[in-house]
Amino acid sequence: MIIDSAAEFDVRDYLRAEMMPHFLCPGCGHGIALRALLWAVHELGITKDELAVVSGIGCAGRLSAYVDANTFHVTHGRPLAYATGLALARPDLHVVVITGDGDCLAIGGNHLIHACRRNLKLTCLMLNNEVYGMTGGQVSPTTSETRLTSTTPLGNSEPNFNACALAAAAGAGFVGREVTHHVPKLAELIRAGLEHPGFAFIEVLSDCTEIFGRKNDMGSSAEMVLRQKSDLRPSAYRDTVDTPFRPNDLPTGILTRTDRPEYGASYRRSAAAIKSAGAKKAKR
Amino acid sequence: MNAIDAALESKPAMRLLSGNHACALGAIAAGCRFFAGYPITPSSEIAERLSRGLPEVDGVFVQMEDEIASIAAVIGASMGGVKAMTATSGPGFSLKQENLGYAAGAEIPCVIINVMRGGPSTGMPTRPAQGDLMQARWGSHGDYPIIALAPASVREIYTETIRAFDLAETLRTPVVVLYDQVIAQLTETVELADAHGGAVRPVRKWASGPREAYRPYAADEDGIPAMSRPGAGYRVHTTGLNHAENGFPTQNPEAVERNLTRLLGKFDRHRDAIDSWQTVGCEDAEVVIVTIGITARAAMRAIEMCRARGVRVGLFRPITLWPFPEKALREATRKARAVLVPEMNAGQLSLEVQRILGHMHGQVDAIHRFNGEPITPAEIAERAESLARAASARERR
Repeated sequence: MIIDSAAEFDVRDYLRAEMMPHFLCPGCGHGIALRALLWAVHELGITKDELAVVSGIGCAGRLSAYVDANTFHVTHGRPLAYATGLALARPDLHVVVITGDGDCLAIGGNHLIHACRRNLKLTCLMLNNEVYGMTGGQVSPTTSETRLTSTTPLGNSEPNFNACALAAAAGAGFVGREVTHHVPKLAELIRAGLEHPGFAFIEVLSDCTEIFGRKNDMGSSAEMVLRQKSDLRPSAYRDTVDTPFRPNDLPTGILTRTDRPEYGASYRRSAAAIKSAGAKKAKR
Repeated sequence: MNAIDAALESKPAMRLLSGNHACALGAIAAGCRFFAGYPITPSSEIAERLSRGLPEVDGVFVQMEDEIASIAAVIGASMGGVKAMTATSGPGFSLKQENLGYAAGAEIPCVIINVMRGGPSTGMPTRPAQGDLMQARWGSHGDYPIIALAPASVREIYTETIRAFDLAETLRTPVVVLYDQVIAQLTETVELADAHGGAVRPVRKWASGPREAYRPYAADEDGIPAMSRPGAGYRVHTTGLNHAENGFPTQNPEAVERNLTRLLGKFDRHRDAIDSWQTVGCEDAEVVIVTIGITARAAMRAIEMCRARGVRVGLFRPITLWPFPEKALREATRKARAVLVPEMNAGQLSLEVQRILGHMHGQVDAIHRFNGEPITPAEIAERAESLARAASARERR
């Protein structure tokens, strides 16, 4: 259990002191998610030099800068595509993508479904706070119906994505969901994702208290975190893949785990075959 | 064995190649070990060739889900320390502009091949054009430096693709190679033996020394910051946000201005390596033709036609299109009485030539063609001759 290493894990060992104070709002769940990631990294003994963190644009995108590793803050929606190039070119690195619901599911949606299909070894953490926080609180693809945002003044009338169902349907070898309420469980899930030999998609439900919570009268950050608990449907619940939209009571934990072939290894095998065929041809 | 095969067999360095095939071979010769692309006419043969060629040299080929992902993966691979390239055509080049700007701003080496076809929009996929010259310079938002090369033959596609990698790696910049559909799919016999200019290619300047002393965007005297390879212990941050010398985002006006001033001027001390052009008969030319790609090939024939009729016409062909070899153009046109810019677009190269040759105001003429048909030697010759006649008439007045 990851909880056993809680005492020896000091998150400061993995952060860039020169980047503090961070710029996340009070009550934001993203710091909890980042801590859980670094805890999992620590638990697995991945060194900071072999860790690469690629992030997109938005509140979640800013997290890479805080990690004392090889960090890449790239363009909006594209971190999975950058990470695909990096991981294919450098299979020796552990490549983690940190993205948000807008970055991953709206502007980056095409890259997500193809990363799932390709099943290259990458760990993708999608921090879902149901809103574009950085730009001031506009509706996102995961905003729940009827919620108020700065671009849905009468309440959101669009259905919202169930990101895990989408990732599973697109073929992700590992799909999981956790909330910031359960830090050790979240770290445990991320560890399992990091250990998975293919593409691991992890949705973290992370509250935006200042913008989304305030707009929707959801109370203090503590109240918002407690609400996560009441929404949970603990344990893996297989029907997550049956609905493209987010259910009200959320299954958490590992939702899908398959042993589909990992793309990098498959590619290297077929490349070796091309190479030996070429060598034979040259001999003739 | 037929006669052509026999001839090629006797000269192993002689190859019968299309432009796109030569591009793929040039990339491998340059040390490219990563290619990501998306199918698009008329550049797809580059991807097809590299899908087989890269594994043979332990490189990686990947066909991505779109043009945006392709250049993003290329930049990702390059950030990992591997020489990387993508290839596309007009509509795909438009989609690449976002991340091309990232590569320019974060100073990540990469090569982008753009085979020019008819535009705007989907345009004419199988027809040639030269309509992306300005997009190659100004396509992404904000101010940034860029290098664009414009080969005019199959052999030159090979050598310029190699040079594109050399410049990208040593100057930490994206380099665009622009050529039209005719050159891309034209097949010529080329001699590759000494086209390499030596087998060892220049390499990226890598960070050395202790981590504490390394500042990712602090440049040496040459204006080029050393790059660090992930895993080498430097653990730096790379971002598309404006950044200070330490690589971290900043909005401090002095820090932003210092870094951007260096970035925008970073080619200044390297123009000898960057600038490249060809002149033909400019010493005595009354009319100098300025053009690129297949139009330059037509211009060469036009020059012969004109000279046979006693009209002295020359050619200035920028091989490096951006930054434009201004000094060389001024020098080549010093004695000319008129300049003619034939180009397969509605007026792009001619704008730049008019800007540079401001002192020849009114004497820079152009032929603009954007219907998918190349400009013929006869059309160029006729216009050059009429410019020469008009210049004589002016002088007699």
